[in-house]
Amino acid sequence: MTPKIKIQTTAMDLWYDQFQALKAIDIAIPERAVTAFIGPSGCGKSSFLRCLNRMNDFIPAARVDGQVLLDGRNIYGAGEDVIALRRQVGMVFQRPNPFPASIWDNVAYGPRLHGITNRRTLEGIVEGSLRGAALWDEVKDKLRSPALSLSGGQQQRLCIARAIAVEPEVLLMDEPTSALDPMATARIEELVRILKEHFTVAIVTHNMQQAARISDETAFFLNGEIVETGPTQRLFTSPRDGRTEDYITGRFG
Amino acid sequence: MSIPSRRAKDRIVTALLYSLMAAVILLLAGVLAFIVKNGLSALSWDFLTQPPRDAMTRGGIYTPLIGSIQLIAVAMAFAFPVGVLTAVYLVEWARDGLFTRTLRLAVRSLAGVPSVVFGLFGLSFFVVVLGFGASLLSAGLTLGCLVLPVIVGASEAALSAVPRDYRDASYAMGATKWQTIRKVVLPAAFPSILTGAILAVGRVAGETAPIIFTGAAFFTPRVARSLLEPVMALPYHILVLATAGTAIDETRPIQYGTVLVLLVLVLGVTLVGVLFRAKLRMEKRR
Amino acid sequence: MKDQSALKADRLPRALIAAVATSGLAIMLFILFFLLKESLPALRETTLGELMTGAFWYPTAEPAEFGLLPLLMGSVSVTLLTSALALPFSLGLAVFLAEVCPSALREIFKPLLEILGFFPSVVLGFLGMVVLAPWLQERFSLLTGLNLLNASLLMGIMILPIVASLAEDALSSVPRDLRDASYALGATGFETTWRVVLPAALPGILQACLLGVMRAIGETMVVLMASGGAALIPRSVMDPVRPLTSTIAAEMGETPIGSAHYHVLFFAGLLLLIMTLSINVGALWIERRGRKWRT
Ligand SMILES: Nc1ncnc2c1ncn2[C@@H]1O[C@H](COP(=O)(O)OP(=O)(O)OP(=O)(O)O)[C@@H](O)[C@H]1O
Ligand SMILES: [Mg+2]
Repeated sequence: MTPKIKIQTTAMDLWYDQFQALKAIDIAIPERAVTAFIGPSGCGKSSFLRCLNRMNDFIPAARVDGQVLLDGRNIYGAGEDVIALRRQVGMVFQRPNPFPASIWDNVAYGPRLHGITNRRTLEGIVEGSLRGAALWDEVKDKLRSPALSLSGGQQQRLCIARAIAVEPEVLLMDEPTSALDPMATARIEELVRILKEHFTVAIVTHNMQQAARISDETAFFLNGEIVETGPTQRLFTSPRDGRTEDYITGRFG
Repeated sequence: MSIPSRRAKDRIVTALLYSLMAAVILLLAGVLAFIVKNGLSALSWDFLTQPPRDAMTRGGIYTPLIGSIQLIAVAMAFAFPVGVLTAVYLVEWARDGLFTRTLRLAVRSLAGVPSVVFGLFGLSFFVVVLGFGASLLSAGLTLGCLVLPVIVGASEAALSAVPRDYRDASYAMGATKWQTIRKVVLPAAFPSILTGAILAVGRVAGETAPIIFTGAAFFTPRVARSLLEPVMALPYHILVLATAGTAIDETRPIQYGTVLVLLVLVLGVTLVGVLFRAKLRMEKRR
Repeated sequence: MKDQSALKADRLPRALIAAVATSGLAIMLFILFFLLKESLPALRETTLGELMTGAFWYPTAEPAEFGLLPLLMGSVSVTLLTSALALPFSLGLAVFLAEVCPSALREIFKPLLEILGFFPSVVLGFLGMVVLAPWLQERFSLLTGLNLLNASLLMGIMILPIVASLAEDALSSVPRDLRDASYALGATGFETTWRVVLPAALPGILQACLLGVMRAIGETMVVLMASGGAALIPRSVMDPVRPLTSTIAAEMGETPIGSAHYHVLFFAGLLLLIMTLSINVGALWIERRGRKWRT
């Protein structure tokens, strides 16, 4: 049984001015699964992720060629609505970045943007999203306190709650645990495994154990190119490319 | 709200903000063009080198021009060393004690004191109590007090920006703190401090309220030869001609000319400061 | 051992510099002292109540009347109108510079704004007299174009660059991540600015506005030249006014040192000082609060 493909890139290039950060990326991201992107620093993982919700639009020098198909629609095609796209493809960043507002306001931010004003509805969304991010029990009594009073790990889960509050279909996570301690990391990893029941997750990580633990598919990037992709199990036990093997066995960094 | 209407709102606001910028540029260009156009006709070599004549209805602005420069010199002679040393103390030596906090608060409050209040202070302290009378010295010192916080602020920023390594290298060679400050920190910070001082000169040149009753004269027949004589000054000259002269309308050309000269003086000095700063930034980036 | 002698060698310069540094504090204290010393005798001539509530300012009449109320109202009205005109405009400019403007354009525009900020106030006041006043007079068929509106417009031009550049600093110091988070949720630029960046920069923005207000209260030349100088409580924006600052500047030169008038003018200066110092304290308080709130 082959799972449905959520995102498919074909011959995707990314240029920053004269510098080509991504070269002819062909990759399929399966629906409701976790796809991990690994590779040495500077190989273009973050750049790749930001192509998938067009956050690269804010970098004047950035230019994308090729296709990125989301449910078969080219998100770089004419007439693509970036606002609707970003609602469909949510993002969690490397460092927790809650707004300097209350926990409640953080989660309600997205739904309010998209026109939900009914208090009851918002309450429901906030609770649902915080539960979905496994944070509800810890914060249910202090929804009005500042988000910045939470611990780093809690802040990151709050950011996940904020992202899923707009009911995206895809969640992009760029090293979401790199700023967290091991305990908080473990909780986020657990959460990611649950999230894939509802969302398509694409996660960048530097930590190979993490990729092995939580992902179904893994893609290995090197110098802006994809070296190898495959089911995580297989890629880690019997890599087909020598460079992949070198990387996962720690022979280069 | 639907996405198209949200996007439309975004566009409208952006357009509005662009028009704000356009308005400011137009305003600036309009004002400059107006002053240059009207002032240029009055301008000549004689205008700059001749004193006012015939109850200031004729002649040039030599006396007020020189007076302004003298005021700047006195003000900076006081404010520059005091300001820089204050900054040295605050950056290099001050611990977070009561004295330091009070000093910081005082300098900060000083920056907010209205210029006319500086004038009152100068009147009661320099003119009356110290007995300097209404003079170049009193007015210059009053202006010096007024720009002191500007210089302290600029110097503090400049000194704090000197990298730790410089100091460490000097200490490692066995230098004392004062030697390090004198030989390493101050020279490294000097260009930025100078920029701050140049911008402060621009500020001093245009101030009027603090000098009205501390030493600016309605008219003096010649340039002041001692610190204890009153002086004419460009900004006060403009005020006098425009509001209190005997022939306000007839002397309009002189007024425009004086405004132009003052503006060139202030903006010229400022421009030097701004360019100098831009150059420093560029060098730092490299 | 070495440290000991090094410390000793430093003791003299350190003490000297500390002494010099004290002059900032001394000047501030002297200002307070001299303003109090010269203004308190005013209370021998009249009462505090009469000074603050008296509606008539006839300092040279016989008997003189020293009602500061119209002057206070002059200061307050100019400050309020200036704020209403200039603060929204300045904040708009700040948002433009920090959030909208392409960086190449910003490199040009910021220095231009700075140039505007360096305009001597006497030049602005002069423009109020020779350009704005005749235009207002003709356009609205007034007796004189030197009035509250004229002074406030020019004062607005004066505080615009100050407020805009401080507010821009506040906006620019909002971390990039917050904007990214908002955009990634599907917000437009305006929504991100309005709902995320502005609230996050609020303490700094309030401070910028307060400093602008402070400048407006204390500014002298613009009001001296363009506000009309009538010591009346204004009823419309076209009424001439006579704020505290311009009263001091216009009358101090003509009054004998030590007279009642002299002392009352110092009292007016004391009022100005109290107003600006309290705004300064307010700004400081906001700064502290903002810092606490952020961490
Ligand atoms: N805005 C930009 N302008 C120009 N070059 C950029 C920009 N952002 C990234 N790059 C370059 O693109 C390449 C890929 O960067 P990217 O941040 O995607 O790497 P990464 O794999 O996420 O690295 P890391 O693991 O360190 O996060 C790098 O060489 C980087 O220097
Ligand atoms: Mg990265």
